[in-house]
Amino acid sequence: MKKSIFIAKDVVKEYGDYIALNKVSITVPKGSIYGLLGPNGAGKTTLMRIINQITAPDSGSLIFDGAPLSKHHISDIGYLPEERGLYKKMKVGEQALYLAQLKGMSYNEALEKLKFWFEKLDILSWWNKKVEELSKGMAQKIQFVVTVIHEPKLLIFDEPFSGFDPINAAIIRKEILELSQKGTTIIFSTHRMESVEEICDHIALINKAQTILEGPIEKIKKQFANNSYEVITTDKVLNENDYFSIISQKETNYSLLLKEGKTQQEALQSIIQQTEIISFRKEIPSMEEIFIKAINNA
Amino acid sequence: MRKIWLIIKREYLVRVRKKAFIVMTIVGPLLMAALMIVPTYLANKTQELRTIAIEEDGFEFTNQIEDTDFLHFSKIPTEEATLLKNDFSESNYYALLYIEGDNFTLYSNQQISLTVSKAIENQLEQIIEHQKLKAAGIDLTILSEAQSTVNITTKIITEDGSTTNSKAEASMGIGFICGILIYMFIFMYGTMVMRGVIEEKTSRIVEVIISSVKPFQLMMGKILGVALVGLTQFALWILLTIAIASVAELMFMDASSMTTELNSTQQSILLSELSNLTGGINLMQIFVSFIFYFLAGYLMYSSLFAAVGSAVDAEADTQQFVLPITIPLILAFILIQPIMENPDGPLAFWMSIIPFTSPVIMMVRLPFGVANWELALSMGVLILSFILTTYLAGKIYRTGILMYGKKTSYKELWKWLSYKE
Repeated sequence: MKKSIFIAKDVVKEYGDYIALNKVSITVPKGSIYGLLGPNGAGKTTLMRIINQITAPDSGSLIFDGAPLSKHHISDIGYLPEERGLYKKMKVGEQALYLAQLKGMSYNEALEKLKFWFEKLDILSWWNKKVEELSKGMAQKIQFVVTVIHEPKLLIFDEPFSGFDPINAAIIRKEILELSQKGTTIIFSTHRMESVEEICDHIALINKAQTILEGPIEKIKKQFANNSYEVITTDKVLNENDYFSIISQKETNYSLLLKEGKTQQEALQSIIQQTEIISFRKEIPSMEEIFIKAINNA
Repeated sequence: MRKIWLIIKREYLVRVRKKAFIVMTIVGPLLMAALMIVPTYLANKTQELRTIAIEEDGFEFTNQIEDTDFLHFSKIPTEEATLLKNDFSESNYYALLYIEGDNFTLYSNQQISLTVSKAIENQLEQIIEHQKLKAAGIDLTILSEAQSTVNITTKIITEDGSTTNSKAEASMGIGFICGILIYMFIFMYGTMVMRGVIEEKTSRIVEVIISSVKPFQLMMGKILGVALVGLTQFALWILLTIAIASVAELMFMDASSMTTELNSTQQSILLSELSNLTGGINLMQIFVSFIFYFLAGYLMYSSLFAAVGSAVDAEADTQQFVLPITIPLILAFILIQPIMENPDGPLAFWMSIIPFTSPVIMMVRLPFGVANWELALSMGVLILSFILTTYLAGKIYRTGILMYGKKTSYKELWKWLSYKE
């Protein structure tokens, strides 16, 4: 089994009477892109703040890279919060240097790495500009750079693509994937399910302060796949039989459900006997469907 | 520790580099100097030489009237004077002095300045006085010998039997200035901290930063950075004021010695009096205490201001929380006057012990002399309360800075205090 970079076990966090996290456990494998999903107010941000040691849990254990999470891990973690910004009156370069040094980098090291990243993203010309002169998207790029600048082992992005136009979002996605390939583990929180499907390999679904789903994406999809098939035929003569029932029909486009104990082959055989098939495909639920289904079932 | 230094450095540099800071630092002492210099300067400059016409008839002592630095008297015949009384516009005179028996009248086509009429009045009084004395048979030389100046020195006998010069006026002056300065500094820099916190919150950088440092470190870094800004400004003000004052002294020395009309004995008396005045006051103690009360008072108040800043989303929402903080400060300011009149009374004592008013009030009392144990008690209480307020403010701050878009109530602040980290 792959090693884990971060394990949270039975984490509880209360604010007065309000329970933000109720025995939440997650295991983030090293090198994975881990999607942290859940509706608003589920407790995602609280969990991310706990990983960043912005707040401490009331109870539960936190393991980072094999050791209990502690202050010196701050330089191993990079965090791009959902509520993010920069000092408006400060110059870009100065500010980036300041934030990099706060992460524990030396001045020279920070300067060197920043120049590298600014060149890579083609934003070196902004160095002496004040942040208030930049557009929101431009400022987001700088925030991205200062999040990854200290080359942390674990990167946490909360809604990283909000505020980006599609072109810049693609650039940032490319950079995130590149970092992942270099071995950085990425925790990634978003509402946009299509980006989850695109880049995540593991997910956890948090709802009402509890983890209701966790694991590799394929495994979860398999778990949620029921025995339904999409069949397109040449004419509209398909009838239900012992092997399948028809859930819905739209012209020659059928949605079928296998009956208990019947196999895919048996159903296919019985269709071929009735009509000619254009396509026969197992319906795999999208993350969005899983998301809604899991939350409604919970 | 390195991180808190980084924060202090940023907070300090950002503010010191601001135009507003540079302008305030230069303009502050200039304004103060202007306030002191301009009135004297104006008083000197506006006294140009003026000619006063005097009607000769029925004025037997016209010859005894003497020209002064800014007044020249010229005798004119009665016919001309009568003409002038009807039409003054074409004359070159500033005014016409017309005398009928005991009635003295100044005619002019413009408002006659008070200094001019006073100067003439004084001369006339003196002349008439001398005439009356002469008529009574008193020799003027005897009179001038009999004239004497008396100066009372007041002394306080202290417990150990030694005497110090009492110095009510100077004490009041120094106490008043120190009290006002402390009040101003706490207010200015306390709200500066609050605005800084609000800026971090509204610009949403705060969560980025506290993923690297503890919220308490960020708060203290800001408070200490701003304190350094305050000390820098204070030091620059002192230096600049001294520089401007010495330049001004060089420039206006001649002019002022001309007009103050003090003879040498009077001047030397005044000088010795001045050194007596300040000599009795422990200036070193006042300076050290001033720095202490500025820092400790500021630290206590600014942590509260920081807590307020963390609890709101915009500066406009601060009022309900700022008011209870500023009321004791304003109260102290209002009480400066009554406390100067009775610097050892029970009101003065308690106000200089209670930490919310002690920075201002103790500085007002100090030049009048305060027992050591009172000073120590006041300082001790202030240090303890500053530790307590900082602790409580830190708790509110760390919850507040992460709360967006919520109207905060006092009830909620109370709840935040009970949250665990």
